Amino acid sequence: MALDKTSLDLSRPIYMDNNATTPMDPRVLEAMMPYFTEKFGNAASRNHAYGWEAEEAVEKAREQVAKAIGADAKEIIFTSGATESDNIALKGAVDMYAEKGNHIVTMLTEHKAVLDTCRRLEREGKATVTYLAPKRDGIVDLEQLEAAITDKTIMVAIMMANNEIGVIQPMAEIGEICRKHGVLFFTDAVQAVGKVPVDVNAMKIDVMAISGHKIYGPKGIGALYVRRKNPRVKLTGLIDGGGQERGMRSGTLNVPGIVGLGKALEIAIEEMPSEMKRLTYLRNKLKDGIMSQLEDCYINGSMESRLPGNLNISYAYVEGEGLLMGLKGLAVSSGSACTSASLEPSHVLKALGVGDELAHSSIRYGLGRFNTEEEVDYAIQITVEAVNRLREMSPLYEMAKAGIDLKTVQWNHH
Amino acid sequence: MAYSQKVIDHYNNPRNVGSLDPKDESVGTGLVGAPECGDVMKLQIRVNEKTGIIEDAKFKTFGCGSAIASSSLATEMLKGKTIEEAEKIKNTELVQELNLPPVKIHCSVLAEDAIKAAIEDFKKKQAAKREKAQEALANAQTTL
Repeated sequence: MALDKTSLDLSRPIYMDNNATTPMDPRVLEAMMPYFTEKFGNAASRNHAYGWEAEEAVEKAREQVAKAIGADAKEIIFTSGATESDNIALKGAVDMYAEKGNHIVTMLTEHKAVLDTCRRLEREGKATVTYLAPKRDGIVDLEQLEAAITDKTIMVAIMMANNEIGVIQPMAEIGEICRKHGVLFFTDAVQAVGKVPVDVNAMKIDVMAISGHKIYGPKGIGALYVRRKNPRVKLTGLIDGGGQERGMRSGTLNVPGIVGLGKALEIAIEEMPSEMKRLTYLRNKLKDGIMSQLEDCYINGSMESRLPGNLNISYAYVEGEGLLMGLKGLAVSSGSACTSASLEPSHVLKALGVGDELAHSSIRYGLGRFNTEEEVDYAIQITVEAVNRLREMSPLYEMAKAGIDLKTVQWNHH
Repeated sequence: MAYSQKVIDHYNNPRNVGSLDPKDESVGTGLVGAPECGDVMKLQIRVNEKTGIIEDAKFKTFGCGSAIASSSLATEMLKGKTIEEAEKIKNTELVQELNLPPVKIHCSVLAEDAIKAAIEDFKKKQAAKREKAQEALANAQTTL
């Protein structure tokens, strides 16, 4: 495939890591700008115009966020981001509902902000946690979920869409099970909100985490949806102070960030139908383009229930970090241990039952609002070139081609 | 993580990628690492059986850029050395030459292991060859 590279700006890598973060939409920045300078008031200042205009902006954003998820504005709490929202949801519920029970059901494929919070609660003796393994396609086994709920269970914590493999969980079905057993349903919906339709009532969600920077908004801002009726959910705040945000999150409100989050969601909802279609087309083109030219690649996670822009592929016989180095024209990420601080391959891929060797070989592509078809064509081309080049250099590829079953080889682990 | 210029150079222009016939008696093969650990190196040497000098070295590596660079550099260092000299190659030389950061030191250790494994394999083959020759000689003597 001949590509006219002159029309692509290759002075910097093409950004295809939109599950990690997104560039801010210029329309969002524009909406935020006045709140850094002339409209700098503290939203809690009740006695002058500066405070009023800040408060007004915050309440408008609260409406925008609520509308995006089918909630009431009073149910939205602003936080510093999804990690804080996840912490409030879990720790706040464990503290508030201690009399009812102390058991949480979650999944092995959750984000570290949920998993590490659960582990701390366990370590401190405040909660017991059941970690469910997903099915091979990344989706929760609903029967297993229901069976895991006990009379001590206070919360089910299952993310809506996974950050690595983009798999979308059956929210309404999970919500139904939680309602039936009188258990709170908390979902980290950071990757889903603004990308696919979300309705807290139809999905029977009680608590939900949202982030600004995954949806072309600013970093350092997030929200927590906390249901106010049927049931009325109460969470103990983690930060003490001025009692802002219904006492659940003290601290002076980040007005520009909040305005940005509101605007980002408004745009995302407005453009969702066309953007979902566009990204699904581009993602499928990327997948088909790569898979038609390379053998022995495996898609991680369900293709049926998946975020439009996400693709996660393992390229057998090639190590992920080595491959990233060959894809220097692309900003993507890998589940390889070498790319993580922990030197462990992706916990998500491991939970799916993907072998360590294929987890080491995985690349995540996250397409977003600013990616073009031309960029996807380029990504296909350089992926195929890099994988082929590294396979020529790979002893595993050579052995596999010679008919040796790599599983029968005695490796010396070091 | 930013790679050193030398790692990038070896990654982009790897020296001595390829394979030698592992059945050849003058060839020693080392295969170290494991796929589930994310690194596997195959390093081969061809030794002049008369002089004991390594005349050729080849590698194939599954791993990150630093692993590829470590094995590529190792093959360069091996060529022209005697077996005794090659045995003395230390991973620290690779670390220095490639400016490997602490998290990548294991790549150089693996390359040193690969060198040792290749030499060991060559020595084993030579010993087997001598044994066979002696056996043949003994057989020849008894038939006399």
